[in-house]
Amino acid sequence: MKIDWAALGSVFGVSLAFTVGLVALFTLGVNGLSRREKAAAQGGSAGLAVTGAYVCFAACAAAVAYGIYLIVAKP
Amino acid sequence: MESFSLILAIVVVTALAFDFTNGFHDTANAMATTISTGALKPKVAVAMSAALNLVGAFLSVEVANTISKGLVDENGIRPEVIFAALVGAILWNLLTWLVGLPSSSSHALMGGLVGATVASAGFGAVHGDVLVTKVLLPAVAAPIVAGLAAMLATRFSYGIGRNAGGEATRKGYRAGQIASAGLVSLAHGTNDAQKTMGIITLALIAGGAIAPGSNPPTWVILSAGLAIALGTYIGGWRIIRTMGKGLTDLEPQQGFAAQTSAATAILASSHLGFSLSTTHVVSGSVMGAGLGRKGGVVRWSTATRMFAAWALTLPAAALVGAGAESVTDLGDWGTAAVAVFLVGASAVIWKISRREVVDHTDVAPDDAAEPAGVVTTAIAAVTPPPAGTVTENLTATIPAPATDPAPAAPAAPPAAAV
Repeated sequence: MKIDWAALGSVFGVSLAFTVGLVALFTLGVNGLSRREKAAAQGGSAGLAVTGAYVCFAACAAAVAYGIYLIVAKP
Repeated sequence: MESFSLILAIVVVTALAFDFTNGFHDTANAMATTISTGALKPKVAVAMSAALNLVGAFLSVEVANTISKGLVDENGIRPEVIFAALVGAILWNLLTWLVGLPSSSSHALMGGLVGATVASAGFGAVHGDVLVTKVLLPAVAAPIVAGLAAMLATRFSYGIGRNAGGEATRKGYRAGQIASAGLVSLAHGTNDAQKTMGIITLALIAGGAIAPGSNPPTWVILSAGLAIALGTYIGGWRIIRTMGKGLTDLEPQQGFAAQTSAATAILASSHLGFSLSTTHVVSGSVMGAGLGRKGGVVRWSTATRMFAAWALTLPAAALVGAGAESVTDLGDWGTAAVAVFLVGASAVIWKISRREVVDHTDVAPDDAAEPAGVVTTAIAAVTPPPAGTVTENLTATIPAPATDPAPAAPAAPPAAAV
């Protein structure tokens, strides 16, 4: 019996890294947007936070696109 | 396709029926967290999942007969064996749906296949080591991998976004959950609809209807995709309720972390060649997300029941598969008897399920009913029948009028509420 520990380990590592990374990015993006919300409520603006938020969301969208690519191009 | 024998037709229909149960059994995987956190309305969620399942079925052109490859000797596999395997898988899927427990449809199918093969060709035809490496180990690994990832992600998310709140946050997590749930649906369509296509193709080859090594015919792809999409749309509300509310209480952040972890683990595993069951991954990630929030709880009684169902999936489906195979071995009337048994048993399970109807109104985020009791009551509703088959009709009909009006006030049309 041969258990493919390497494959299991890499699945574990990749899942962990990607999940935590994606969720962190997304949370930062959401934070940026809610900062704009607060700033708007006080009559100000939060340009930097919003730009950062959109960068974060773009990265998340890229990850989703890569996911779809993996589904479509499965060997 | 000229020589389309009766047994072959039966196998194809049964395979599509399995595909259907697979669809409504696994709706929960993609959509339970999305529904329970209120990101999508229940009906909208299942419709979206169904559409993506259908799309997924067409995305990959690979012949997915990996389900049988290596696990059993394919040589001399007869359509009857596949039929018996499907009977075991369908009945286990329906039974776990009745008690509202998520369990792997693929494991049920493999269990049925193993049982039927053992009954047909003996224990020598099953590769025990493949069983361990491809079925048992992933079942243990999946919830740990996805659960840890979801737990850490949840911790992190609450750590960074401590001061977040308001409309933007709500909308953001809603969009995030929809996107990751969509990915899970799509991946599910490619994986599980492919499995049925593989089974039908295997049966067609075994029955001599198409040449060995050919791709699934278009009608197979189309019907398998439609069957799984229809099953998904009908929605296995019982399992959705357990997954979304029974295991733990999810906030939008947790739902997002759980679903992202599930999507990542599923894609990573299928891409890196260590395939994990979608059901196990999602259950694990939901529990992980539950543990990740400060003050979050996992209802271990429900979780334990679910683990027990996982452990039973393979042997139970194998037992039914083996029994069905030994009866079909008796001849054509045996096959007919098994077919009648399948329809009859499914009807009985459906009838029992009507005692306590669970539909889309029971899975929405407003937490009026205590979720802890959900599975308990479902099981309580199931326990009477073992009293004896003789009294089956009595127990099935008499309590119905007494219990029906109490729990579900809005009398939903029977077909819509499964």
